[in-house]
Amino acid sequence: MIRTPLRPLARILKARETGEDPSAIEKENLRLRHEALADRSRARAESRLLLLGAAFALAFGTIGVRMSTLAASVPEEPRVAASGNPIIGQRADIVDRNGRILATNLATHALYAQPHQMIEPARAAAELAAIFPDLDEERLLKDFTGSRKFVWVRRQISPEQMQQVHDIGSPGLLFGPREMRLYPNGPIAAHVLGGASYGREGVSSAEVIGVAGIEHRFDNLLRDPANEGAPLQLSLDLTVQAAAEEVLAGGMMLLNAKGAASIIMDIHTGEIISLASLPDFDPNNRPPALTTGDQSDSPLFNRAVQGVYELGSTFKIFAIAQAMEMGLINPMTMVDTKGPLSFGRQRIRDFHRMDPVMTATDVIVESSNVGTARVALQIGGVRQKEFLAKLGLTEPTQIELTEAPSGRPLLPPRWGEVNTATISFGHGLSSSPLHLAQAYATVVNGGTKVTPTLLKRETPQVGPRVIREDTSERAVDMLRQVVTRGTASMGEVAGYEVAGKTGTADKPLTNGGGYYDDKTITTFASVFPASGPKYVVIVTLDEAVESSGDEPRRTAGWTAVPVAAEMIRRVAPLLGMRPLIEPLAQASVTLTSN
Amino acid sequence: MMRFVMYVAAAVAVMGLGFWAYQENYRTQTAIKDVRLLHAQIGDAHERLGMLRAEWAYLNRPDRLVDLAELNFDRLGLLPLSPDSFGDPRYIVYPIPDILPITDPIDINSIGPSDEEDPL
Repeated sequence: MIRTPLRPLARILKARETGEDPSAIEKENLRLRHEALADRSRARAESRLLLLGAAFALAFGTIGVRMSTLAASVPEEPRVAASGNPIIGQRADIVDRNGRILATNLATHALYAQPHQMIEPARAAAELAAIFPDLDEERLLKDFTGSRKFVWVRRQISPEQMQQVHDIGSPGLLFGPREMRLYPNGPIAAHVLGGASYGREGVSSAEVIGVAGIEHRFDNLLRDPANEGAPLQLSLDLTVQAAAEEVLAGGMMLLNAKGAASIIMDIHTGEIISLASLPDFDPNNRPPALTTGDQSDSPLFNRAVQGVYELGSTFKIFAIAQAMEMGLINPMTMVDTKGPLSFGRQRIRDFHRMDPVMTATDVIVESSNVGTARVALQIGGVRQKEFLAKLGLTEPTQIELTEAPSGRPLLPPRWGEVNTATISFGHGLSSSPLHLAQAYATVVNGGTKVTPTLLKRETPQVGPRVIREDTSERAVDMLRQVVTRGTASMGEVAGYEVAGKTGTADKPLTNGGGYYDDKTITTFASVFPASGPKYVVIVTLDEAVESSGDEPRRTAGWTAVPVAAEMIRRVAPLLGMRPLIEPLAQASVTLTSN
Repeated sequence: MMRFVMYVAAAVAVMGLGFWAYQENYRTQTAIKDVRLLHAQIGDAHERLGMLRAEWAYLNRPDRLVDLAELNFDRLGLLPLSPDSFGDPRYIVYPIPDILPITDPIDINSIGPSDEEDPL
């Protein structure tokens, strides 16, 4: 670059000659140089600004275009970045304790119609009515020829039906994929499983939601994609459940009962191995709930969990166990059983003649109302209520079913002396068979509280202690004697040492005043084997009557006990329990003389 | 001169990277498509598997097994498991060995009473 000198010699000399100030020339030159410099830098800045502007315009332009394309395009599922397993998105299966399927899904199709695309609506309606006999042809024709643009024809159709509909060849009949909840075992364990139905429905999919039982209780868990389809494992054993239901149904039929319920529960883990309520239903085709009348007449009603009944003498063991725990009595203490006991207008008496004084064991074995009431009066109402609360008999059970809170025990509004006496033998306090199973499990398992559960558990529950271990052992011993020489003599099952207590309670009149003469709720609460209790079995029959004798017999000893015994006989081997084998009569040498 | 070489190198690098990015983009899209296809196939396989499991469970439902056991009782003789099905190994009789051949014959004094005549 050629730089113009600030003091050009020629001009300086000339200026000196003319007497001008040479520094003015220098200043002038300096000014010119600065001006040129400023011009250059301005031009540079201008071009930079232009470039920057262009870059900004480009950047914002790109963002704008991208935004408008995003806004205008159809949303798409982010498949690449999605976390978790995109394959298993369906509702999880429910399996039993051995992994056998209780509920699963099946891919099927729904049939819908778009009448405006139909060419021959009349023919389509006629042929559809031929394929699905339950559809009304006239109704279909009205729908197809009316102003509707969309009609659901069937929620679920089988592959064969789908092919037949295809063969009609109408362009207005369309299929949407559906996932169907299938209960392959039919009515087995229906009350536990509940059932499922469709929630929000679209053409391309529909959500399956649980409507009752465990399906409803664990709806969120079963639908949670984070589980990746891991099945929900229950404590039920399908084989045991099927055998128990078979025996119960047979017993119910033979004894002309209106309903029946049974529970088999592991007393250490609290697992429900089987829970049956009859009459039952098919969860694949769940009947509608009753809109009028008594809900307990519906097959949907779970007698084992929702049905609260006065369970009669099965409660006696609680009063005796508590008295033993408090040290008031021991099994050999003599108890005054002379009746009747009078409370104002109410009188408490025994069903048959008994000795005026009996041991505490015999009070249980012979099932004396008067004796138990006397023991309960010694304990007192407040402590009795506390004890029953510790056994869980005053609150709804914690079982994992939607219906559990509706099985709330009915307690007397005022817990007076007469209530203390009647509750000790199971009248005046209504609870569900499941409550009874829970309370019996607590009493016989060594005395720690157990909460029933429908989920598989590996370890025993260690709940708060309710009674001492020795009290528990004595209670089991008393219950064993009820079977060996008391009211439950038909409950003996060879090899399994059944122990238990019968309970026969008259049904209360529906209008609330008094009791029926000829309708009973019979219960057998049993535990086996007595030498090392493992399972509690509760059998309850509603209005059972044994009519082989001269007059109908309605006591538990003749109804619930044989059913429970048969159930134990069938179920115990399935639970992997070996019977105690009686030694065979050995061929022995007999001394004889001639 | 140096600068020119650098410009050319940069330009070549940009073109090269552009080509690489173009290829990578298409490779990624192919991979995504493959994965989608595989997912669909696995999904179908799961569906088939679920169907088979459901059928298996349906065919093995306790009601049907009971019916089958009853239908085929003549051939199979299946009964529900009961306490009688258990035994104690102590009470199993040991097999009785066959009687050894008698090599040492015994003289028989009498062949016993005959039917015709009464000994008394």
